[in-house]
Amino acid sequence: MMTETFRIAGAGRLTPARTARFTFDGKAYAGLEGDTLASALLANGVHLVGRSFKYHRPRGVLSAGAEEPNALVGIHRDAARKTPNVRATVQELYDGLTAVSQNRWPSLAFDIGEANDLGSPLFSAGFYYKTFMWPKAAWDKVYEPFIRRAAGLGVAPDQPDPDHYSSLYAHCDVLVLGGGAAGIAAALAAAAGGARVILADEQAKFGGALRFETGAEIDGMGGWDWAQASLSKLKAMDNVRVLPRATAFGYYAQNLVGLVERVTDHLANPGKDLPRERLWQVRAGKVVIATGAIERHMVFADNDRPGIMLASAARTFLNQYGVAVGTNVGVYTATDSAYAAAIDLKKAGVTIAAIIDIRDDPKGAAIDEARGLGIEVLTGHAVTKTGGKLRVSSMAVAPKAGGATRVIPIDALLMSSGWTPSVHLFSQSRGKVAFDEATQRFLPGSYAQDCVSVGACNGTDTLQAVIEEAYAAGETAAKQPKGNRPTASTTENWAGGMLGTGPGAEPDTTVKAFVDFQNDVTAKDIRLAVREGMRSIEHVKRFTTNGMATDQGKTSNMHGLAIAAEVLGKPIPQVGLTTFRAPYTPVTFGAIVGHSRGSLFDPTRRTAMHGFAEGRGAVFEDVGQWKRAWYFPQAGEDMYQAVARESKTVRQSAGIFDASTLGKIEIVGPDAAAFMELLYTNPWAKLEPGRCRYGIMLREDGFIYDDGVVGRLADDRFHVTTTTGGAARVMNHMEDYLQTEFPHLQVYLTSISEQWAVIAVQGPRSRDIIAPLVEGIDISDAAMPHMSVREGTICGVPTRLFHMSFTGERGFEINVPADFGESVLEAVWAEAQKHGACLYGTETMHVLRAEKGYIIVGQETDGTVTPHDAGLDWAIGKKKKDFVGIRGLKRPDLVGTGRKQLVGLKTVDPNVVLEEGAQIVADPDQPIPMKMIGHVTSSYWSSNCGRSIALALVVDGREKMGQRLFVPMPDRVIEVEVTGTVFFDESGDRLNG
Amino acid sequence: MLLIRCPYCEEERPELEFRHAGEAHIARSAEMSELSDDEFEKFLFIRQNPKGLIFERWRHVHGCGRFFNAARDTVSDKFHLTYKAGEPRPDITLMAPSGPSAWANRDPAELNVNTPDRDKGA
Repeated sequence: MMTETFRIAGAGRLTPARTARFTFDGKAYAGLEGDTLASALLANGVHLVGRSFKYHRPRGVLSAGAEEPNALVGIHRDAARKTPNVRATVQELYDGLTAVSQNRWPSLAFDIGEANDLGSPLFSAGFYYKTFMWPKAAWDKVYEPFIRRAAGLGVAPDQPDPDHYSSLYAHCDVLVLGGGAAGIAAALAAAAGGARVILADEQAKFGGALRFETGAEIDGMGGWDWAQASLSKLKAMDNVRVLPRATAFGYYAQNLVGLVERVTDHLANPGKDLPRERLWQVRAGKVVIATGAIERHMVFADNDRPGIMLASAARTFLNQYGVAVGTNVGVYTATDSAYAAAIDLKKAGVTIAAIIDIRDDPKGAAIDEARGLGIEVLTGHAVTKTGGKLRVSSMAVAPKAGGATRVIPIDALLMSSGWTPSVHLFSQSRGKVAFDEATQRFLPGSYAQDCVSVGACNGTDTLQAVIEEAYAAGETAAKQPKGNRPTASTTENWAGGMLGTGPGAEPDTTVKAFVDFQNDVTAKDIRLAVREGMRSIEHVKRFTTNGMATDQGKTSNMHGLAIAAEVLGKPIPQVGLTTFRAPYTPVTFGAIVGHSRGSLFDPTRRTAMHGFAEGRGAVFEDVGQWKRAWYFPQAGEDMYQAVARESKTVRQSAGIFDASTLGKIEIVGPDAAAFMELLYTNPWAKLEPGRCRYGIMLREDGFIYDDGVVGRLADDRFHVTTTTGGAARVMNHMEDYLQTEFPHLQVYLTSISEQWAVIAVQGPRSRDIIAPLVEGIDISDAAMPHMSVREGTICGVPTRLFHMSFTGERGFEINVPADFGESVLEAVWAEAQKHGACLYGTETMHVLRAEKGYIIVGQETDGTVTPHDAGLDWAIGKKKKDFVGIRGLKRPDLVGTGRKQLVGLKTVDPNVVLEEGAQIVADPDQPIPMKMIGHVTSSYWSSNCGRSIALALVVDGREKMGQRLFVPMPDRVIEVEVTGTVFFDESGDRLNG
Repeated sequence: MLLIRCPYCEEERPELEFRHAGEAHIARSAEMSELSDDEFEKFLFIRQNPKGLIFERWRHVHGCGRFFNAARDTVSDKFHLTYKAGEPRPDITLMAPSGPSAWANRDPAELNVNTPDRDKGA
């Protein structure tokens, strides 16, 4: 194992004794608890951590936080837990961590893909659109696999995610986003008066920039110490919730903020109890945005070599983690804040090769202090390029005005071109940003929601002003009077900076001066995009992919905008800013999905008789959320054999079927019949209590919406059945009309689908089967004819007994309270077995009804079928003045010829079973594309008919009786004859047989 | 997720409890079968689909079950107000709140984020 050679004794805030072992690309290292993977690698002198997206250039750690574009690695816990694209700057180190580099082959140091760097003219901006245009056939087989292999991020895990994720809703008065000086101050102020406060930060430790800003002093303490002391105070308050490791990724309507809390990614042994991540959806009275600012890099030639990083990152590695990012460090800056990094490193014993300041005559304490420490400061100079392969080894420095270039050896280069306020969440809240000319940055402008920005994200530069502003925001949010504010001071200055390219990367150059590291976008690419006609920054973004990677351009957007503006010759605000969209940082699917996966993805509905069917070997099928018994195979039977036996048995003796899933609605009230008249096509007023009718429900457009048998239990009470899938929407449809169109009707609608279990007994022996069990009802044909309903008892249990049929056989449907469904079914089944009856499932139900030409709404109909099309004209009350759909039915297109009508089809070869959905043509020899005149809606093997049967919708089908039509299939053309829809017992005698 | 005020329950509930039900104030004729083709076309097919203020129907389907009307901005998704079915179309210009909290539909003090009484002591 390597020993840490870049950890500086006495520096940083980690405990030297608490080591944690880890591996990177198989090599073992040691780090310290509290490290990030990035700081631990740097402590071991490892700068090369990845290969770039397009050119496969060696890349190192750019930042020390969430904005990291380069240091993306895979974290592997086990075979199933392989997380790609993890930012090494965010991943906390734990003992035993295994990390691997990405996007390289065969190894990180020697990567074949590096040839892309030489062939880079091919990969200029828009190369996808230009290069891979032609031939079309090459796309699938050549281009796409090539691009996917060559240009990519990490590899997605190939096993199901074994972790679990949780989610919760939370409410608070004040939600503070960001736990730096501003966020902590706002939380303290808001919490003081008892408001419910949530303070969230993406880091494990609160403090934000105070991690590295050693010059800060608040309330008489060092900035970091004040942050930790304040946190202890906040944590101890009952009305405050402190959320570390929680990234606010999305700001939605009405102050709803989505946060992902990383619960176990930092633990060596997470165990099974904790969720890996937790999704917080927080509804806040007021949101305080304290998201800080992100440092920008300098844009110059070869600014991407490992060892080149943001000045604040180097400072964080030193002051938080005690890690020196090099031994001989150069600095290239356009601001004062990089000086502080040089000073801190110098004081820690690191050689500063030189500070290259692009400004001509910078003045201030930082510059004086650097010079006082003996650091060479070259003002009015620029770094024009860098040397080195797998690590930066030199910088070429030249006066801006021109002159001799000096090559200075270095092993790290820190850079800063200033700070970009993080207005992401403000912008997501639909607030409008405004460009501040004086400081050349976008700041929160007009607000759209009840939120307030404080601190660096609001462009507030001095620490005392940040504290004042944050306290005021916290107090206002919590409706508190003005209280005492701590004093704050800092020796540091965050203002100033530059946007766009420096010397050596001007418009006429061809160097690789990277703007967007993760997507390998150079200044040249952006200029090319403008030259090729992209005028809007949104177009430039899409053409170059600047800002489109997983880091969403946190370091690159402002540079890209400035370069485009320069070429366009327009001021920056006129070119515009690309839209900030959620998520702020990548969010796992696991966090979004939460517990809604596997068996918890969707509720499973089981009927009261589910256990009975299960015990008899039923195979189940999913019908919506329902589990329905599909068929009951006996030993050795496949589905077709089982269905053939079941359907013959029903017609020879009887069959028992669980019909509980049908939707059931009770319609009660003095105007119940009037309501039925309006909702169904059929006439209901004269239907006597105790009788049933098959009803059709339309939408206003005249198309069939649902159907079902309706029993009238009393003058003012109907028991309506709907299709299984239509139960909820039919109820909604009825409620809609009752509440909004016919509110004058006195009617009450009650869903009773779950209250009644339904046992269908169908077949010639059905009456004999139920006779011994039914009490109080005369079930003779004279007393209870087909299509009637009676109330009584069965097996001592209340029943609504329907004499009705969905098979064409004599049949009964026994409704009993759901709790008694299984026991009554046991009793019915015991009787049924005496008569040689069988249990049957949905497949046999489908075959039997098709033999009789009974439609299934949703199978024979598709939302464009009228009752006339389906051959159900008889169900429309011709004398009715109104019902839903009455006017729609008269639309010219619905009454003309040329509509598809329901017919039967018999294949000329009776053994051929058509495919449902197959298209029908009149002439199979016509050229392709053929004129299709219909399609098959239902098709089965009918053991009762001894042949295949099918239902179909065919243009003017009822005029084509006896004609031959054709069903072209991939391997053959099937010839069919158009018939009526009834294939079995055309006379209907068996209903009473 | 939006918060929608149910005019029957008289409180704001999360969007998950509601279902959208199309444009509001399209009256179904009492003489439906007498409508001309033009009239029926207007009734069945023609919708405003505006960019901006729309009057639309919602149902508190996982709550009280009532249908009601809402005035919403289709650009911002902001609900100006909700009102009971059967009430006339309101003059929205008089009611639109303004200022930073407009988006929250109402003063934050009226949102369901106040400290519950049980949390107030201690």
